[in-house]
Amino acid sequence: MAGDYKYKPTNGFTRWLDSRLPIWRMVDEQVLNFPTPKNLNYWYTFGGILTLMLGVQIITGIVLAMHYTPHEKLAFDSVERIMRDVNYGWMMRYLHSNGASMFFIAVYIHMFRGLYYGSYKAPREVLWILGVIIYLLMMATAFLGYTLPWGQMSFWGATVITNFFSAIPFVGEAITQWLWGSFAVDNSTLQRFFSLHYLLPFVIAGVVILHIWALHVPGNNNPLGIDVRGPQDTVAFHPYYTVKDGFAIAVFLLLFFYFVFFNPNYLGHTDNYIPANPLVTPAHIVPEWYFLPFYAILRSVPDKLMGVILMFGSIFVLFFLPWLDTSRVRSAAFRPIYRQAFWIFVVVCLGLGWVGAQTTDYKIFDLGPKTDVVEQIVEKAKADNVTGQALEAVRTQAEEQNRRAFDATDLGRILTILYFAFFLIAIPLIGVVETPKALPRSISEAVLAHGGSSQPARPQGAHA
Amino acid sequence: MAHAHDDADVTRRDFIYVAASGMTAAGAVATAIPFIDQMNPARDTLALATTEVDLASVTPGQSITVMWRKKPVFVRRRTPEEIKAAQDVPVDALPDPQADSARVQSGKEEWLVVLANCTHLGCVPDKGNKGEFGGWLCPCHGSHYDTSGRIRKGPAPLNLAVPEFRFISDTKIVIGEAPAPAATTTEGA
Ligand code: HEM
Ligand code: FES
Repeated sequence: MAGDYKYKPTNGFTRWLDSRLPIWRMVDEQVLNFPTPKNLNYWYTFGGILTLMLGVQIITGIVLAMHYTPHEKLAFDSVERIMRDVNYGWMMRYLHSNGASMFFIAVYIHMFRGLYYGSYKAPREVLWILGVIIYLLMMATAFLGYTLPWGQMSFWGATVITNFFSAIPFVGEAITQWLWGSFAVDNSTLQRFFSLHYLLPFVIAGVVILHIWALHVPGNNNPLGIDVRGPQDTVAFHPYYTVKDGFAIAVFLLLFFYFVFFNPNYLGHTDNYIPANPLVTPAHIVPEWYFLPFYAILRSVPDKLMGVILMFGSIFVLFFLPWLDTSRVRSAAFRPIYRQAFWIFVVVCLGLGWVGAQTTDYKIFDLGPKTDVVEQIVEKAKADNVTGQALEAVRTQAEEQNRRAFDATDLGRILTILYFAFFLIAIPLIGVVETPKALPRSISEAVLAHGGSSQPARPQGAHA
Repeated sequence: MAHAHDDADVTRRDFIYVAASGMTAAGAVATAIPFIDQMNPARDTLALATTEVDLASVTPGQSITVMWRKKPVFVRRRTPEEIKAAQDVPVDALPDPQADSARVQSGKEEWLVVLANCTHLGCVPDKGNKGEFGGWLCPCHGSHYDTSGRIRKGPAPLNLAVPEFRFISDTKIVIGEAPAPAATTTEGA
């Protein structure tokens, strides 16, 4: 629980301020001395990393907006000018475009962490739901931002994604035209997307505050998934976790800066350096990597409306996760069956990402010739009096051209089913059939069993 | 004080609450309308435009793309085989049943004019790749259209839409204007 620690102002000024605006009390109780479970591992540093990345995106974004022009005729060139002429413009843009990718790497790790340690379960349901809302807002922001350079991928990505809404019966067309402000994606669309791209990160910042508030009521979950029983189970956030988070941030920045300075276009698409052309769709359009699994789900459904419903459903199912899970034990460390299901789910998600990056007819296995089609062609050739060698040639050619294959779409279908099965079948069922392992009695007992020191790791005076 | 329990007084207060909240809600809705409607296409965008296309340079089998009301439009000069293929398909077997004759102007079957945006999610099908049915293949999610622009296979639900267009001479059309009724009947004869 959030703990018993209470701030005491130490001098006249802080006493005066505390009775007027208790801001230092908030910093002291909620940050510096916030009682945090002793046993948080590095998977728990991604919250801090995410906060940092939001800051990076806002600062570099505001800088880019000083030089960027949201107009269909000027946007592409203004981004090129940022790259070539604006002082350090290339760096601002590469920080921002790669920053978006890093933001998503961090959020995915953060979410899988929550899934593994059962952080979505009571009493943290609201915390989890706020997290899913942040994730949705991030996706919206990144999509809007990606249209701004007004390259081919920007334009066609915007076209495909806004067209999701055209699948809605009856009002679909009216809604898409309302979103575009036109009959197709054009300048009106670009200008509103810029306005909203500027706005949403600040909405995210607001929801992040609620998210942290909802975190600080029950306190952090932890890798054991058991409740904090008292001060012996916790340490103060500062310096213990400021330092741990700081170290993780430094390592994370190494990865971030590798991309920014050594491979800045690796995560992007070269087609986006071609100015938007409403007449020609690039031969292979794919979204940014962080949308690929959802794109794969969309494409694996042969029906337009169902595809869109399943794609959105794959995210909305997360909202219901706290109530789909029937197990009271939080951490997968004590749930032998769930732990296996979890890792299968991770592989399923990565697999969907891979499928999303392939063309739909990418052949994975060859399953031999389509015998019925080949026979038809051969019969037809026979009817045309083709015989002997020539007939054999017809047959070989027909066999080469008409092959059955297990292609990317087939794999995508299997993985889509597994994705939903994880949430709708595995999670409710495993909680019922599984016998969890014995839980440790307390966090400190488990920590000490691993050879920790019995010294209370707490700065002098942190707990009054 | 007795009046706290006075039924008449309680009712009057309730009425004020309900009326005030009702008016506030109505005001909120009335305010929301302009804020929502401003996002709809503006008047200049709505101003209906027509596009004139010169067909003289289009050879049989060729397809050109022109812009009409911000959307790309395919104008395709079909070969006799392509026309025959489009006419011979049993209509009931199509995902979005429509006869070829309903999609071209009679006497001018050679000319197929369709909106180029795939009815799935709006990509423009590839002119270089005709797909399995001799029309177009959409590169985005693999929708195949036939030589009448009808959907045959893939996730797209509908045929490529046919806009209104009119022949102003044998080699010129205007997209965005209704065909002259007389012209279609006489030319059919
Ligand atoms: C949640 C935080 C944010 C995310 C995930 C995000 C994401 C993106 C992405 C993916 C792009 C396309 C980059 C490219 O390929 O060039 C972009 C561009 C842009 N963003 Fe953001 N952004 C965020 C916050 C902001 C903020 C707060 C601003 C402030 C105005 C901003 C301003 C811009 C501008 C002007 C561009 C166009 C220039 C360019 O393409 O590099 N962004 N954003
Ligand atoms: S947009 Fe054409 S198949 Fe999806």
